[in-house]
Amino acid sequence: MRVSIAILAMALGATGAYSGEDASLTLEDGQSLTIRTDAPPHTENLSEITSGWVYRSDETQALQLDDFDNPAFVFVDQGIDLYAAVDGSEGKACASCHENVEDFAGLRASMPKVVDGELVTMENLVNNCRTERMGAEPWKWSGGQMTAMTALIGLQSRGMPVNVAIDGDAAPFWEAGKELYYTRVGQLDMACSNCHEDNYGNMIRADHLSQGQINGFPTYRLKNAKLNSSHGRFKGCMSNIRATPFAEGGDEFKALELYLASRGNGLSVETPSVRN
Amino acid sequence: MAKGVKPRVRVPKKAAAGEIITIKTLISHTMESGQRKDADGNIIPRSIINRFTCDFNGQNVIDVTIEPAVSTNPFFEFEAKVPESGEFKFTWYDDDGSVYETSKPITVG
Amino acid sequence: MTLTRRKVLALGAGGLALAGLGLPAWAAETTEEAIASFTGGAEMGEGLLTLTTPEIAENGNTVPVEVSAEGAASIMLLATGNPLPNVATFNFGPLAGARHGSTRIRLAGTQEVMAIARMEDGTFQKASATVKVTIGGCGG
Repeated sequence: MRVSIAILAMALGATGAYSGEDASLTLEDGQSLTIRTDAPPHTENLSEITSGWVYRSDETQALQLDDFDNPAFVFVDQGIDLYAAVDGSEGKACASCHENVEDFAGLRASMPKVVDGELVTMENLVNNCRTERMGAEPWKWSGGQMTAMTALIGLQSRGMPVNVAIDGDAAPFWEAGKELYYTRVGQLDMACSNCHEDNYGNMIRADHLSQGQINGFPTYRLKNAKLNSSHGRFKGCMSNIRATPFAEGGDEFKALELYLASRGNGLSVETPSVRN
Repeated sequence: MAKGVKPRVRVPKKAAAGEIITIKTLISHTMESGQRKDADGNIIPRSIINRFTCDFNGQNVIDVTIEPAVSTNPFFEFEAKVPESGEFKFTWYDDDGSVYETSKPITVG
Repeated sequence: MTLTRRKVLALGAGGLALAGLGLPAWAAETTEEAIASFTGGAEMGEGLLTLTTPEIAENGNTVPVEVSAEGAASIMLLATGNPLPNVATFNFGPLAGARHGSTRIRLAGTQEVMAIARMEDGTFQKASATVKVTIGGCGG
């Protein structure tokens, strides 16, 4: 059953499975993930939202269907070790306070969110624990340790629908993110929307553009064979359109992360996904 | 020893006597090919896993010679015959002389 | 994916790739050397060895390949268009459950991937396939 989409695409002679219409993918362990659903009302220019998995080739899609075949799990394993490792002046590990990582089920689906008037991402939560409770150095935003940890914590929510709050305290951050999404920047004078809203499913050179959903981050990319943070990906996009990228972890990317996450409200958390 | 090298293997826990099982293995390794250059134009020296073996109760299942064209985080899938209960031993050999080992038991019955 | 179709593809597109993309002559020589050192110059038959590859690889960094040949003692895999054509050699031991192996490989560009099996009776088998490696849209 798990290869049915791949077989269909091969039969059609397609290079990717974009022509597939399945609303979900099924992992080897039987878990079902929503990859296609109605767009949330605040995403007024889309009628349907689709996971980036849909736009990938059969072989790349297959890598995500089995946690053993998925190379991201090498890093999830590293995250498990890090979770138990004591670090910093207080002699604590993550596990000292949060005994079971499973207790984080649901967290990823609601991130980023506003806490005490500030927009915080998963990376902020991790580094806050490290500096405030463990007396340890903060991890680099897109470094191997941070992405291993955010993959491990995110995995606990896999299969749950993304559902970030965009009203109340979150509203001004969401508006700022939306503004960034539609603002043309860089020498190529392009906004996120030009590729990921106006042209998803179309080819950019030999590749399919996706909707730019972030429900699978951190994601293992074949390109660099490691886990990639969403902010790292935003940076890549901005470089490609010859703009000066904002800083990872800065206010702009955090607001953009909230806005993009909200465009995926209803898709399953896919962390850790596999992409090109 | 290369940093953060971590083997993963998938072996069924049980099998019938003589059954043929599928084994999957993956190890985290950059597999630096020796073909790339750094920012200053100098060749980054080759550093790869150059051999992988799987043995069962001392008898060989597969012995793979590996070249730099094998992808980062080398993955192998193959089949083994399981004549009796015992232990699969997996060994990866690094260019730098490091040897990474892991093993998995299997019960026949 | 039948071997016959692969063979046709490989002969057609592989030949084109060599002529059209202007692969350096040394790449071909090194492939020949690799084959010679494995086979000792023996003739290679076809039909008993199956090589499975994607027709189009989304990313040359990670291309899944699979080789299978009943009765093989070892199977060598070559990427004829890589700077170094050798990829891996599967040597099967007494407890090998099948003469089959899968791995993920790097391809420097569109090229012919080749597998050669040394059979238990000392003969050799050959199979090849052309894999098109696409250029990504956004390197990002």
